[in-house]
Amino acid sequence: MDKRLERILPRVQKPARYTGGEYNQIIKDKNAVDIRLAFCFPDTYEIGMSNLGMSILYHTMNSLDYVWCERVFAPWGDMYEEMKKAQLPLYALESGDSLSDFDAIAFSIGYEMAYTTVLDMLDMSGIPVRCSDRTELLPLVFAGGTAAVNAEPMAAFIDLFIVGEGEEVNNELLALLREAKLGAWSKKQFLAKAAQIEGVYVPSLYNVEYNADGTVSSISAHDGAPEQVTKRIVADLDASPYPTKPIVPSTEVVHDRVALELFRGCVRGCRFCQAGHVYRPIRAKKHETLVRQGIETLKNTGHENVSLLSLSSSDYRELMQLCDGLLEYCEPRSIGLSLPSLRADNFSMDIMHKLQKVRKSGLTFAVEGGSQRLRDAINKNVTEEDLLNTCRLAFEGGWNSVKLYYMLGLPTETDEDIVGIAEMANKVLHCWRTYAKNKNRGVKITISTSCFIPKPHSPFQWEAQISTEEYLRRVNLLRSSITARNVVYNWHDAETSLIEAVLSRGDRRLADVIERVWRMGGRLEAWTDYFTLERWYKAFEETCTDTWFYAQRERSTDEILPWDMIDVGVRRQHLIHEREQCYASALSPDCRKQCSACGAEKLLKGGRCDG
Amino acid sequence: MDKIRLRFKKTGRAVYISHLDLMHTLQRGFSRAGYALKYSEGFNPHPQISIALPLSVGASSLCEIMDFRLKEDAELSDMAENLSRVMPEGIEMIEAYEPSRKVSEIKWLHVEGIMEYDERDKAEMCAGLEKFFANDEIVIMKKTKRGVGETDIRPAISSVDFMVSEEGVKVSALISAQEPTLNPELLVDALRQKEPRLCPDFAKFTRIETYDAAGKVFR
Repeated sequence: MDKRLERILPRVQKPARYTGGEYNQIIKDKNAVDIRLAFCFPDTYEIGMSNLGMSILYHTMNSLDYVWCERVFAPWGDMYEEMKKAQLPLYALESGDSLSDFDAIAFSIGYEMAYTTVLDMLDMSGIPVRCSDRTELLPLVFAGGTAAVNAEPMAAFIDLFIVGEGEEVNNELLALLREAKLGAWSKKQFLAKAAQIEGVYVPSLYNVEYNADGTVSSISAHDGAPEQVTKRIVADLDASPYPTKPIVPSTEVVHDRVALELFRGCVRGCRFCQAGHVYRPIRAKKHETLVRQGIETLKNTGHENVSLLSLSSSDYRELMQLCDGLLEYCEPRSIGLSLPSLRADNFSMDIMHKLQKVRKSGLTFAVEGGSQRLRDAINKNVTEEDLLNTCRLAFEGGWNSVKLYYMLGLPTETDEDIVGIAEMANKVLHCWRTYAKNKNRGVKITISTSCFIPKPHSPFQWEAQISTEEYLRRVNLLRSSITARNVVYNWHDAETSLIEAVLSRGDRRLADVIERVWRMGGRLEAWTDYFTLERWYKAFEETCTDTWFYAQRERSTDEILPWDMIDVGVRRQHLIHEREQCYASALSPDCRKQCSACGAEKLLKGGRCDG
Repeated sequence: MDKIRLRFKKTGRAVYISHLDLMHTLQRGFSRAGYALKYSEGFNPHPQISIALPLSVGASSLCEIMDFRLKEDAELSDMAENLSRVMPEGIEMIEAYEPSRKVSEIKWLHVEGIMEYDERDKAEMCAGLEKFFANDEIVIMKKTKRGVGETDIRPAISSVDFMVSEEGVKVSALISAQEPTLNPELLVDALRQKEPRLCPDFAKFTRIETYDAAGKVFR
């Protein structure tokens, strides 16, 4: 271990997150591989090690014998200060080597507030943050994750983006990089070749022009890059690699358990939801595969909990068989099974009773809108009756804590809809009074609201976000409408939502803003400990950036959007239709009832969508 | 099956795993190796596993002791090997056996350490250290449960020797393991408080062996 590191570690909080050495980590001989890859997660160890995508790709990339993929996370503030003081560069956990020793640096970017951390992690190892300042082929800096569906704000910093699921395309890219390294290609030569791989977006091969009003006037590809980059998917999830020997952290992380992914995509089509649109088409795993992988992973890790992941677990066709299969193994061993992302509508008694056998946790429902009209407008197919029925079953079954999530500022929302949230909470409370088995323990109903953020590739991608003042007015309206003492109200702060809205639908010109915020000290900004609005406002001012233009301006459907070169599969016409349905407060049937021909099925190249 | 005792080493990168995290890590290790730990009865059952003399984060040990019970009988001869195979880097099991003595009978710990001096002369420091620890009493301010108070740590040090080595000044000491417990870091604290000119730039310690009150190796 590095002498400098040895002296720092005893002084920082939770040093075990900075050492590596965990069970199941992958160690290779660095002299025996052609490509050393630093796989970076722009947040803390505890968050990154909880990410299933990170775990899957760590293993798929390491399955190539000529690649050694290692993990890198962003240090917490105390460690960051110590490393700066000791002039210790950011290092990978497996080898302890600085990022500057690597051939490729890959980031998994899942949310906008991680952007400044990406820059910081590069800089901590002395790597120039701008692509234009990295003229050599190596180190190649690439990124994937949800942020890639609108890569533009980060286009100046990242050499290329992986659009969609990385299991296959990452390895195709690494094969090309190996060829380029061994053949001593130029960076330009490599990028032009890489752009030919389906799912690879190379921002420098696209020219973006703007109109006088600031909107995009044209996007044009050059050097043979495709006009549109189509998202990559894995067609057969049963055959796709799943790490049954994942790394077991030696210190506590956020999701400290086995994660099983039931399916990708979502049949629901909530109109505000980016994930529900960009992860299509729907592809499920067989329950037999999941039970087998679950048991194998439990044996290999010693975990005490399994969590079933998907965007809407109630929509998994084989949920009963899966729960039965897992419980048969888990129950006698006191292993807990948790099932987040259940919908309030078809939350069945059976499932609830099954899970109850092991452990009883709180129930959380994403209701999103306060009235039926609004829920119809956003296509959130949950009725008050469904919710109350589910709550009744839950209270009868002994649960005594319910969390209800809402968004404020959704298109067409009125004050009546907001007051409706408080009324709904009262009805839930009444339901508890009527049906709870044991009232001595009391009840806790929590309402949480966040500010709606319009997202690229969702039907609401053209919508305006409400101003922070308006959001706070709505928060106060809801606050004053809540009268019951057992109802707790939490609201997400308005400032981060504004910044997220600017970044999520931003264009290339935001690079200066991001870089300035980072130079002013911005990093780990998803944490309230480290987020400050002032830096962002200062950067907007210095760069003459109008936040209204990006966040609060309604965009015309004929406007060229900055992310139009990215094709996630869903047709633009489908998104426009869904938006029109919103203004008619009309529901669209879910994919199981009737296929909407959204277009994502084409990604399966002849295969069938499970919607 | 009765209580089982396992001796193990905690070195290298594993020294930064905290006591609480180590308990959890060991539990998972048992599960991976196919041993079912016995759980306590009651409202919130937890595995019956206890580690004698919790080790500070950053300190190494060649002589950790852990007691536990299993749900079913198991062969002890290959247990250490089976567990070592599924442990994170730096945790290595030495042997498993049925204990005949209580861990409360541990009285002394043999610890070794390195005191690193970046700019100062090692030989000079070594001589100073010998002289300082030859005092009959070393009264320092020490945090206790009741606040900060004065404590004489000298009676808790049975013997202490210093030697110049490549990395700095090597310490070898026999210190009280319990009643009172002397954290070897207090040797450095004493210097910081009483003789700052001898206080090292960095120090690290390793537990070497456990002894009973009679000076016999404890097992």
